[in-house]
Amino acid sequence: MDLASVIFWIVAAVLVVSALLVVTLRNIVHSALALVVVFATASGIYILLNAEFIAIVQILIYAGAVTILILFALMLTRITGQRITNPTNRQWWVAVVICAFLGACIVYAATFSPRMIPNTSNGVSQLPANVNNVARIGQLLYSPTTYSYVLPFEIASLVLLVAIIGAIVIGREE
Amino acid sequence: MLTLNHFLVLGAILFVIGLYGAISKRNAIAVLMGIEIMLNAVNITLVGFSFFNQTKPYSTYLTGQIFAIFIITVAAAEAAVALAMVIAIYRKRNTVDVGEIDVLKF
Repeated sequence: MDLASVIFWIVAAVLVVSALLVVTLRNIVHSALALVVVFATASGIYILLNAEFIAIVQILIYAGAVTILILFALMLTRITGQRITNPTNRQWWVAVVICAFLGACIVYAATFSPRMIPNTSNGVSQLPANVNNVARIGQLLYSPTTYSYVLPFEIASLVLLVAIIGAIVIGREE
Repeated sequence: MLTLNHFLVLGAILFVIGLYGAISKRNAIAVLMGIEIMLNAVNITLVGFSFFNQTKPYSTYLTGQIFAIFIITVAAAEAAVALAMVIAIYRKRNTVDVGEIDVLKF
């Protein structure tokens, strides 16, 4: 096994275990802290896939902003006098069956099925030299003349504006 | 040797873990945590596809990463609005149990 495989298996194991902790821990604040580990190790996967910009955005937005938002909501909706703050509903075993079946279907479709995507590239050999990931993503997002995603980018900023105003309007005191 | 299948299977496992959290939890914030894990799993799949499909020029196969950026944007907006709704419901009904939030208008 080469170094990338070793790093992948370590990061994937931490990722899956902490995601399981998020859905199984009894105290919801502990779940939120395990969620931080999920987000941070997912950025390790992105670095392994040569996506430096996504990795940094993941740390900034998920491990920074979304986690703080979730912790604030937990603080504001604190239920006192209850030992298990993160309960499951009575049909949780149905959810286990559905999720196991769906996961088996996806894994079968991705690996064993006759219609799977052929694995032609290992990704490493064809990577061009002297490529700056952030600069290329910037060209692809902002360039007004060449092939780019400038219109979806503007629409995304509009979506964020609407989300900010909506959150203020919904969450304010009467 | 890492292949595309490693990342697809990792994304699938994370997705079903998040789905389990989203459909089996009674605390509305825990449901949101499950949804965030599902969105992260999809992002891992997309970035994996963009890394392993390298037969085209570089700027074309970065499309998967652009998709991931837009998913992160929408996920941040969704988290903000959903948590504001959870807080508003808590203020009115004094509960965040999704089993007890069962009327559409009050």
